[in-house]
Amino acid sequence: MNKITDILKTMDYGPAPEAGDIAQAWLDGHGRAFGHFIAGKFTAPKSAKTFTVTNPATGAKLAKVALGKKADVNAAAKAAKKAFGPWSALSGHQRARHLYALARHIQKHSRLLAVLETLDNGKPIRETRDLDIPLVARHFYHHAGWAQLRDDQFPGQAPAGVCGQIIPWNFPLLMLAWKVAPALAAGCTVVLKPAEYTPLTAMAFAEICREAGLPAGVFNIVNGDGGTGAAIVAHDDFAKIAFTGSTEVGRIIRKQTAGKAKKLSLELGGKSPFIVFDEADIDAAVEGVVDAIWFNQGEVCCAGSRALVQEGIAEKFTAKLKARMEKLRIGDPLDKSVDMGSVVHPVQLANITERVDEGKASGASLWQPSWAHEITQDERAKGCFYPPTLFTDVQPASRLAQEEVFGPVIAAMTFRTPSEAVALANDSRYGLAASIWSQSLDIAFDAAKRVKAGVVWINSTNLFDAAAGFGGYKESGFGREGGREGMAEYLVPAWAKKAAALPKAKPMAQAVPAHRSVEVGGVDRTAKLYVGGKQARPDGGYSYPVLDANGALITQAGLGNRKDIRNAVEAARKAEGWSEMTGHQRAQVLYYLGENLEARRDDFIALLTRMTGASTAAARREFDVSLERIFHYAAWADKYDGAVRGPAANMLSLALNEPWEVVAISCPHEAPLLAFVSTVLPAIAMGNRVVVTPSQPHPLIATELYQVLDTSDVPGGVVNIVTGDRDELAKTLAAHDDVAAHWYFGTADGSAMVEAESAGNLKATWVNNGKARDWFDHEQGAGEEFLFRAVRIKNIWTPFGV
Amino acid sequence: MSSERTSTLMNEQAGMIRPEPGDGRELVAVTPAHARNEGMVLRPDLFEGVEINLSAARRRAATMTTRRSVKKQWQAAWLIKAIQTIDLTTLAGDDTPGRVRRLCAKARNPLRADLIAALGLEGERVTTGAVCVYPTMVATAAHALAGTGIPVASVATGFPAGLTPLPQRLEEIRYAVGEGADEIDIVITRAHVLNRDWPALYDEVSAMREACGEAHLKAILATGDLKTLTNVYKASMVAMMAGADFIKTSTGMEAVNATMPVSLVMVRAIRDYLDAGGAPVGFKPAGGLRSAKDAMAWLILMKEELGRDWMEPDLFRIGASSLLADIERQIEHFVTGRYSAGHRHPMG
Repeated sequence: MNKITDILKTMDYGPAPEAGDIAQAWLDGHGRAFGHFIAGKFTAPKSAKTFTVTNPATGAKLAKVALGKKADVNAAAKAAKKAFGPWSALSGHQRARHLYALARHIQKHSRLLAVLETLDNGKPIRETRDLDIPLVARHFYHHAGWAQLRDDQFPGQAPAGVCGQIIPWNFPLLMLAWKVAPALAAGCTVVLKPAEYTPLTAMAFAEICREAGLPAGVFNIVNGDGGTGAAIVAHDDFAKIAFTGSTEVGRIIRKQTAGKAKKLSLELGGKSPFIVFDEADIDAAVEGVVDAIWFNQGEVCCAGSRALVQEGIAEKFTAKLKARMEKLRIGDPLDKSVDMGSVVHPVQLANITERVDEGKASGASLWQPSWAHEITQDERAKGCFYPPTLFTDVQPASRLAQEEVFGPVIAAMTFRTPSEAVALANDSRYGLAASIWSQSLDIAFDAAKRVKAGVVWINSTNLFDAAAGFGGYKESGFGREGGREGMAEYLVPAWAKKAAALPKAKPMAQAVPAHRSVEVGGVDRTAKLYVGGKQARPDGGYSYPVLDANGALITQAGLGNRKDIRNAVEAARKAEGWSEMTGHQRAQVLYYLGENLEARRDDFIALLTRMTGASTAAARREFDVSLERIFHYAAWADKYDGAVRGPAANMLSLALNEPWEVVAISCPHEAPLLAFVSTVLPAIAMGNRVVVTPSQPHPLIATELYQVLDTSDVPGGVVNIVTGDRDELAKTLAAHDDVAAHWYFGTADGSAMVEAESAGNLKATWVNNGKARDWFDHEQGAGEEFLFRAVRIKNIWTPFGV
Repeated sequence: MSSERTSTLMNEQAGMIRPEPGDGRELVAVTPAHARNEGMVLRPDLFEGVEINLSAARRRAATMTTRRSVKKQWQAAWLIKAIQTIDLTTLAGDDTPGRVRRLCAKARNPLRADLIAALGLEGERVTTGAVCVYPTMVATAAHALAGTGIPVASVATGFPAGLTPLPQRLEEIRYAVGEGADEIDIVITRAHVLNRDWPALYDEVSAMREACGEAHLKAILATGDLKTLTNVYKASMVAMMAGADFIKTSTGMEAVNATMPVSLVMVRAIRDYLDAGGAPVGFKPAGGLRSAKDAMAWLILMKEELGRDWMEPDLFRIGASSLLADIERQIEHFVTGRYSAGHRHPMG
C-alpha cells in the first residue's frame, strides 16, 4: 500500500509538528536548572530548594527551578529599590528607548518564546505563535509610548515605587508583559513571581532584558510557589502589588495588604456570559464559542463559560455547536493542526474532571464529541488532555453556572427576552467580561450597556489589545491593565508621597444626655438621618452630642447604626434612575444645588463658625470653595467621557466611564462642608448613588445640607446621610456586599479596617491611610483622581463592516 | 450531523455511473456520484432572517489555515486531490481550437509521468476535474477528451455579465449541451440579488436548470458584484433551491474573485440547505486561486466546514488556469527536495 494513495482515501491532516529542538537546547544551555533573576544576575539554583517544571502534554521534566524564600524576596526587593532611584530619574524618552528595545528583542526571539511557552504550559503552538507572543511585543511597544508621554499625559503624577507582581500560569509571558510594561513605563521597578507551573518564559525574558541592556535591578524575578507570593505581598518595600489569579487568593491578598498603604490591582476570576440573541449570525456565534471557551483549553479568566441562548434558536444553536465540536482537534500542542493542547497540570486536570462529574451529578446534560473517549485512555495517561465539553439544561443556581471551572467546559442556559438575558448575565458574583451576539445594534448595545462587566465584546470574544484596558467589575477584581487607565495603576499623585499624618482626633462624646444644652428655651432643631430622600430617626434611638469648638453642646445628632446603613444602601440601590440620567441632566441638578446653597450662604457660614470655631473669614472661604467645587463637578458631569480606540481594522473599542452605582463615603472630621462636597459631588456627578457619613464631630453641616438637596431636585436615594461614629459605620459599609466602592478619609487604623473588610466582595477602596489632604488645594481636593475614582471603566469592543 | 447523512447517501449511490447524453460516449465516473440536487420550492423563511457578520466570517477565514497545517506526504496527496478537482479553464477572447486542444492534453496528463511514478500513483487516475471553455469551444474539447471521462464544462448565459435576454441565454445553454457539454456554468442576474427579488432569481435559475437537462448546472453568483456576505448567503440559498448542482463564486472577471470569507459563507449555506432537507450541493471557488497554498486553504475549508465528502470532484471544484503550474512545482519539490522551475513542466 502506498502512503499517498492511502491519504487520498482518508484525506487526513497528518502530523505537522513544530520543532522543539532550539527551545530544548536553550534549556540544556541552562543545565535545566534555574534560580532567580536579581540585580541583573541569575542566582545559582543548586543551593536552593527546588521544584520541578514539566511539560504537561508529555509529563517530561523540563527543568528544576529554585523555590524562593523570604531571603530571596528580600534580595530582589533590595535590588529593585536600589534601581528605582536611577530608573525613575531617567527621562521618559530614555525609558521609552528601553521599552522599545524590549519589544524589538521579543520579536527577534519570538519563535523561541512561543515554543518554550507551549512546552511549559501545554497550549497550542498556534496560540503562542499567533496570539501570546505578538501581544507581548505589542504591549511593550504600546508602553514604550506611555514612557515617552508620561510627563505630558500624567502631570503631577509620580511612579508608585517598587512593585511586587504575581502572575498566573495561563498566559505566562503575556501576563508578565501586562504587569511589567506599564510598571517600567511609569518609572517603577519590579519584582515578579511567575507561576510555579510556568516559570520558563519569564527566565527567557530576563535574558532578553540583559541582552537589550535594561539596567540591573529594574526587573527581577523570584521563582516559587504561593508561599513565595505571600512573602512578596507581605514585604514592606513594595508600594504596589499587582496580582492576576483566583478570586480566593485575591481576597487573601486584599486582607494581607490592608492598611499597608500599598496600591493594589487584582485581576481575578470570572464566569463570563456568552449571550446569543435570536437575530445573531448563528454560525458566527458558534465559532465565537470556540474562541471563548476552547481557546487556551478554557484556562482563561475571561472565558465565555456561560452560554445564554435565546430559547427560539437554542435547539439550532446547540446542534450547530455540537457539529463544530466534532471537528475540533486536540493533541500534541506543538502540532500546528490542533485546536486544543494540554491542560497546564495534572492538578488542574483533576479539578476539571471533578467539576464535570459534579455537573453530571447535578442533573445537567453533558455532551462531548464522539472522539472524546479516544483521548481518555491513551494520551491522558501521559498528558493532561481534556475534551471540549458542553453542558445543557444547566440551572442558574448550580455550581456550573456560578463558579469558574477554568477548563474547556461551557454551561448553556436559555432565556426568553433581552431583559432576562441581562438579568441572567448579571446573576453572578463576577463581572469580568461578556460576549454578546446579535446583528441588531439596538439589542447588542442595550445589553452591552446593562451587563455588569469590565470588558464587553459584541459579535466577538477574547480580543485583547494593549491600548484597551482590561479588568473586571464586582468580584472579578479592580484596576485595569492596558491603555491609559492601566497606566494609572502604577502612578500616584506626587503630593501624596509627601503627605503628613493627620493629627489624632478627639474621641466621640458619649451618647447620653449632656449636662446642659446651650440653647434652652429656643425651638429645638432636630438633626436626623437622611435616607431615600426622607428624614429618618436613627434606628437605634440613640443620639450623640455635637459640641462646639469649646466643647459646649450645640445639639444632638442621630447615632446611626448597622440597620441605618442597611436602609441607606437599599435606598441608594433603588435610586437607579440617577445612574441612567444623562450627564447634562445631572449637571442641571448640581448647578441648582449650588444655587440653593448660595441662597443659604449666611446660615452655613454661621454654622461652620459655630461648630468648628473657625473665623468668619475662614468659614466664608470654606463656603466659597465648596460652592466653586459644586460648579466644578456640575461642569464635569457631562464631560468626563471615556475614550474611543481602534485596536483593529473595522473595530472600535469604547472605554465607557460607568458609575459604580452604590459608593460609600466616610468623610474626614475636618472641613465638614468642603470635604463633604469634594467627595460626594464627583461621585454623584458621575452617576453614583452614595451613602455618606459626614464629619463625625461636625455633622450638622450635612444635616442642614439635606434640606438643600431636597429643594434642588436631587432625587431621593442619590445622597443618603448617616451620622454617627465614622469608623463603626465604615465597618458596616466596607462589609456590605451591595456597596461597590468605598472612600474612607480617617485614621490609619480605620483605613486598614476598611481595606480588610472590603475583601468580602472585593469592593474598590480608596483610603487615606491616616494621611492629611488639603481639601482647599485644587489638586488635592479636586484633582482628576476624584473623577477617576468615581467611575469604573467598561471597554466595549464593536466590530463593524458589511 | 450533515456529513454523516451524506456519507450514508453516498454509500447507497456508490458505483453509479452518470448517464451521458448525446453521442453515447460512456463516462467513467471520476468519483461515486450522488443524487442530483432537484431543488425545492422557494422558501424565503430559510434565509430571509439571516444576516452574516462580516468580522466573524473574516476571523474564521483568517484562522482556517493557521489552525490546520498539512505537511510532507499528506501535503503531496492533498495537492494531487487539488489537481483532481481543478476545472482547468480557458475563457479568453483569443481562445482557438488549438489552444483548447493543448489545454485538454494537459487535463489528461496534468503531472509529469516521472512525478506520478515517484508518488506511487501509476495506474491511478490523475486528471483534472474538468475542462472549462466557452460554448463555441465545447465541441473541440469534447473531441479532445473523448474516452477520458473528463467532463467538459461550458460557461453560458451571456457570460460573464449575464445581461443578454433570457431566451437567448437559455438557448445558449441548449447549444452548449448539444455540443457535448457535461456541465454548464451559468451566471445569475445580479440585479435580482441586489434588489432582493428572490422569486425572479429562483425562476431564472430554475429555467436554466431545465435547459441543462442532464448536464449539471453550476451557478456563478459573481460574489464580487453582490458585495455583502448576506447577499452571498441568500443568493446561494436561492440558487440551490432552484436546483443548482454547484454554487460557484465568480466568473473571474469581477473586481474581487473567490475570497475565503465569501467561500466560508457559501459552504455554510450548502450545509444549511442540507440541514433543511436539500440534497448535497457542490462548491466551486473560481478566480484568484493561483498557488498550491490557496488550493490547500480551500481544501481545508471544505474539510472543516463540510467534511470529507466535499473534497472530491463531484462536490468540489476549483476554477483555475494558472494554479496547476504551481502545484506541479510544489509536487516536484516534495519528490526531489529541490525547488522547481516552471519550464520543467509541460504547458497547458
